[in-house]
Amino acid sequence: MNDLLAARSQMAISLAFHIIFAAIGMAMPALMVLAEWRWQRTGDPVYLDLAKRWSTGTAIMFAVGAVSGTVISFELGLLWPGFMQWAGAIIGMPFSLEGFAFFTEAIFLGIYLYGRERISPRAHLASAIAVAVSGVSSAIFVVIANAWMNSPTGFRLVNGLPVDIDPIAAMRNPGAFSQTLHMVIAAFAATGMAIAATHAWQLRRRPASPFHQAGLRIALAVAIPAAILQPFSGDLSARYVAKQQPTKLAAMEGQFHTERGAPLRIGGIPDVEAGVTRHAIEIPGVLSLLAFGHRDAVVPGLDQTPRADWPPVLIVHLAFQVMVALGSYLALLALWAGWVTWRDGKRLGRHRLLLLALVAAGPLGFLSIEAGWTVTEVGRQPWVIQGVFRTADAVTPMPGLWVPFAGFTLLFLFLGVVTATMLYRQIIRRPQSDPQTTEQQVAQ
Amino acid sequence: MSETLWTLPNAVALCALLAISAYAILAGADFGGGMWDLFARGPRARAQRELIAHAIGPIWEANHVWLILVVVLLFSCFPPAFSALMISLNVPISLMLVGIVLRGSAFAFRSHDTRGDAVQQRWGRLFAITSLITPLLLGVCVGTVASGALHAPTGSETAWEIYFMPWLAPFPLACGVFALVLFALLAAVYLTVEAEDESLREDFRRFALQAATATFITAFGALLVARGEAPRLHDALTARPSALLFFAATGVAAVVTIWALWTRRYRLARISAPAQVCCILWGWAAAQFPALIPGWLSVEGAAAPTVTLQLTLIGLAGGMLLLAPSLWYLFHIFTHHEGEPTA
Repeated sequence: MNDLLAARSQMAISLAFHIIFAAIGMAMPALMVLAEWRWQRTGDPVYLDLAKRWSTGTAIMFAVGAVSGTVISFELGLLWPGFMQWAGAIIGMPFSLEGFAFFTEAIFLGIYLYGRERISPRAHLASAIAVAVSGVSSAIFVVIANAWMNSPTGFRLVNGLPVDIDPIAAMRNPGAFSQTLHMVIAAFAATGMAIAATHAWQLRRRPASPFHQAGLRIALAVAIPAAILQPFSGDLSARYVAKQQPTKLAAMEGQFHTERGAPLRIGGIPDVEAGVTRHAIEIPGVLSLLAFGHRDAVVPGLDQTPRADWPPVLIVHLAFQVMVALGSYLALLALWAGWVTWRDGKRLGRHRLLLLALVAAGPLGFLSIEAGWTVTEVGRQPWVIQGVFRTADAVTPMPGLWVPFAGFTLLFLFLGVVTATMLYRQIIRRPQSDPQTTEQQVAQ
Repeated sequence: MSETLWTLPNAVALCALLAISAYAILAGADFGGGMWDLFARGPRARAQRELIAHAIGPIWEANHVWLILVVVLLFSCFPPAFSALMISLNVPISLMLVGIVLRGSAFAFRSHDTRGDAVQQRWGRLFAITSLITPLLLGVCVGTVASGALHAPTGSETAWEIYFMPWLAPFPLACGVFALVLFALLAAVYLTVEAEDESLREDFRRFALQAATATFITAFGALLVARGEAPRLHDALTARPSALLFFAATGVAAVVTIWALWTRRYRLARISAPAQVCCILWGWAAAQFPALIPGWLSVEGAAAPTVTLQLTLIGLAGGMLLLAPSLWYLFHIFTHHEGEPTA
């Protein structure tokens, strides 16, 4: 394994690991706020139990997210010192702001988790809201920095070096809005669906449980609007990619040749040697329509880019297909769940087929997020800053990078297994507030 | 003098130094707490561990963010220095990260695991042991920079000479041990104030006095090592007026800490112990100023363009407006106040 590949793999593993915790850290506080608010409004202990149990999960996920995020902030330099030296002054600003958002999130999460008995209920709810708002803000700042790597602005290039730096213009790069929107919605959809899945699973065993009914309703209240909005924000993102990163779009779509009235390909396997995408369902003219607004627009193919500067087409195309397929499933499921909730929201436990579909959706949102980030990051290769700075020029000169790659992979693997076990022990099998006891309490 | 001193790069470097200090006196104590968890002993070992967990629980994640702030300030405002440090200190920093990850997650797993069984105890063990790694390597990294062992690559060095030799040396390792005992001291001092039980307070007073003694020994040890290993730092520390001032202040703070502990003036010790840590860091900065990485990069030479520095300072000011009241609120809620009923 050469050093560049080792460094890229380590970064990929770290990001893939962290993004799950980051997404949960972004969306879970909103669910906590809703449960906390319902508890304060109704006095129904089921909501208090929900808020407590969700906050235990959030605390564990936030801690793992915080430490894995710390690893990434260092890895930017440990693995890509060339990139950080080149771009730090341009793109440091959103990271600084993210630092403060993260600070606020950590402070108020501490207050929320440990302060229930020490502050007023109103202050307690307010601290949960502060966690939710700062969690979303910190994600927005980080994704702005990533969007800049896809559509760099705020500097002039002279002899390969940036001059006339404008960090504000860098933050207002063309991709900033669509990319942050897509990520924030994704976090809410994925987390909401995963939580809905755990309660749906329990409801299939105990259809009348008020605890799981309530949990499912709150989770769906977050997941349904997010999952339905996501295809629209995806459309916005795709238009942006079409304009800013035509090579990435061509790889996503398996579009080897520049074509007027290009078809939308569903599925299919791109054959890079032959320059064709086989076995895809092709809908004529629709790619042109989606990307540029009319059916006979010209979609630039990979043939516009020198062969050496192509991203790995197969990976990008398949990841994109996976993301779209999973996103579509979640959107349709959200419509169905929305309909059922509207018609029969008090007795969700009776709709066993819906519950089954929700259980199946549990991990899909996160898989979709992973696939989406694969499209974004692999699709930008061989550039770390699109068209400006190559990944190969950014990597550290230190030899033997497979050692940290192996080490951090094992570390993340260990943490992943442990976190999953811990959540199972604490959330699903927590003895002192077993769902059945809650049901008994409510019954009494 | 004053015109040349108050430049933008210096102002940002000062902010970074203050953030490092905040990390040391806040997160440092959290690591120190982990060490006392490891060394908890006597009939009240369990109570000691509970007090530590109780004190760290709500605040450690907020304290940890100071480190992120330092990293961000470095890479946005001094990109060449960030790059240089991340290349030449890659190995100790990677190891430090392993410590940060394991310590943080082990603590979270233990705190939120309510069963009190063997699994929970195992997390407590891991939390305690990994609390040693990060301070040690943090001290090693600071010591390496301070020693002046880092320099621009000459092209003729082996990987061993670039990536291992600068930090696998007596002075950085002495700094690592020094950081360990300092953080242990901070934690023990803070815990004397946090303890509500008189005998528990006496335990931590004893621990604090032991740590303070160890601090004196390691400080002199490190200084002796510096004479041979980091002569430039040693000369600056003992000759340059600004550094000498902080050096002297460190000594005064150290003596005050011991006296305060001896006479059970815990609230005074809670001020003098972190002051001691700050004076050490500021003395280090004063000794090497205007160098950012002695022998390689200066604060001015490594600074980002003016606009970035200006925006960062504005961002810091705005951020502090948000942060200061939030932090005050956090510590106000969770720090033990005098006048509260004691158990």
